[in-house]
Amino acid sequence: MSTQSLHLREVSRHQDHTVPSNTDDRTAPGLALSLDAVDKSFGEHRVLKQIDLEIPSGQIVAIVGRSGCGKSTLLRIIAGLESHSGGHIHTGDGARTGNNATADQTRMMFQDDRLLPWKTVINNVGLGLSGNWKPRALEALAEVGLVDHADKWPAQLSGGQKQRVALARAMIHQPRLLLLDEPLGALDALTRLEMQQLIERLWQQHGFTILLVTHDVAEAVQLGDRVIVLESGVVGMDLPVSLARPREHASPGLAAMESTVLHRVLARESTDEPHHDERRHDTRAPLRWAL
Amino acid sequence: MTHWRAQAARRFLPWLLPLLIVVLWQVSVSTGWLSSRVMPAPAAVIEAGWRLGSSGELFYHLGVSFRRAIIGFAIGGGIGLALGMISGLSRWGEYLLDSTVQMVRNIPHLALIPLVILWFGIDETAKIFLVVLGTAFPIYLNTFHGIRSIDRNLMEMARSYGLTGWPLFIHVILPGAMPSILVGVRYSLGLMWLTLIVSETISASEGIGYLAMNAREFLQTDVVVLSILLYAALGKLADEAARYLERRWLRWNPAYATGAAA
Repeated sequence: MSTQSLHLREVSRHQDHTVPSNTDDRTAPGLALSLDAVDKSFGEHRVLKQIDLEIPSGQIVAIVGRSGCGKSTLLRIIAGLESHSGGHIHTGDGARTGNNATADQTRMMFQDDRLLPWKTVINNVGLGLSGNWKPRALEALAEVGLVDHADKWPAQLSGGQKQRVALARAMIHQPRLLLLDEPLGALDALTRLEMQQLIERLWQQHGFTILLVTHDVAEAVQLGDRVIVLESGVVGMDLPVSLARPREHASPGLAAMESTVLHRVLARESTDEPHHDERRHDTRAPLRWAL
Repeated sequence: MTHWRAQAARRFLPWLLPLLIVVLWQVSVSTGWLSSRVMPAPAAVIEAGWRLGSSGELFYHLGVSFRRAIIGFAIGGGIGLALGMISGLSRWGEYLLDSTVQMVRNIPHLALIPLVILWFGIDETAKIFLVVLGTAFPIYLNTFHGIRSIDRNLMEMARSYGLTGWPLFIHVILPGAMPSILVGVRYSLGLMWLTLIVSETISASEGIGYLAMNAREFLQTDVVVLSILLYAALGKLADEAARYLERRWLRWNPAYATGAAA
């Protein structure tokens, strides 16, 4: 039995009887994160090298980088889905990630929707909840505009609708930290813009912290308060995006920002030949630098 | 006009050939071209069914066979399901059980009939035992396979949402394995009747197999054919029951949904 699964079991014990509500002691809505020399190796291969990051409460941090740069791994470590080989991750409360409380406050969205095909939309949203969760599930579905689809099967929904259900499923737990692992990567351009606006709106309402991993530099500067470029396991660039919201899509300010980040990523690529073998570790995501 | 004709053709054409065969069969027996000792006329089979039905004999034997089948299937299916879940859910269970089950599975269970008669005689236990052996393995294999082929990503998602133990099993593992388990159920139901037919034919004092063998001694070919048709009907009934479960429990799957998705 690995430590990871032990940890997950404890999480479930904690959650089984907890229906999150507005009345508990969560003072700051967003969880602050502090990464201190986080290291990760798969066998001989070092995927993350001494990552130091300070993420204040309520910030949207967009992480971009080539396939295999370690960005998904970083997110999965913070989510507790993988263990790290070295270093520490603390939350603003001083707690280590991976304990009951933190895992309960963290929700992750994946590139694929990961809805259970044998549960109706509303039962997918209520997964893992007990007690009278139905009204709250309907509320969460209303927030993503899918309340009319509550009794449909996932197979009857479009890709964008499925991701919105997955978002509602994350939102119902009132997470303080939302981890997004390219959740919009498989959507068409228009649906993707709608989802970006939806995520931004929910973020403004609820104030949680967001870590967004994406291949799409335009998406990163559109949504992020800050864009981090990961290069072969180290932070190559940490750029604040101080443009006011709502941000006009493809405005000159964003375009300038986007080209700065894009140059950094592309420049690295041309001088990065020795690291080509890294791609083996993340082959599922296509290279798409821009929309 | 053409549409109406196409619909009529689709509805009635499949029945044309069976009807023709029955008519041809009746005619060839009535004209004496086919001896009724080889093959009774369809009318004679219907008459035998009526005669045995009205005396209650038919339903008695039907009930006996049905009971054997159900008890055997319940025990065999239960064992297969339980062992399949143990092997599917735990590595240790797989190491411990799977190779043994695979070895036993390769013994043709009907080859055990002489041994089973020595052990249990020719009463109920022997027949139920054989049905248990016949039905357990398909359900074991498909349960094991169904659990092992559940999408890893869904399991990871469910765990990250705090599901473990019983909730994980009931919300994710069991429904995920269900399509495969039901394939095993359908296969087992087929083997259930096959096993019962063979064991009842060899030795029985009641049941449909007994009805057929008893009729053979008196050259009542009509009752023999009736028994065969009864087995066919029961097999069809079992298959329909399994299909009903598929439609009901796998509604979410577009491959099984009937008219729900439009």
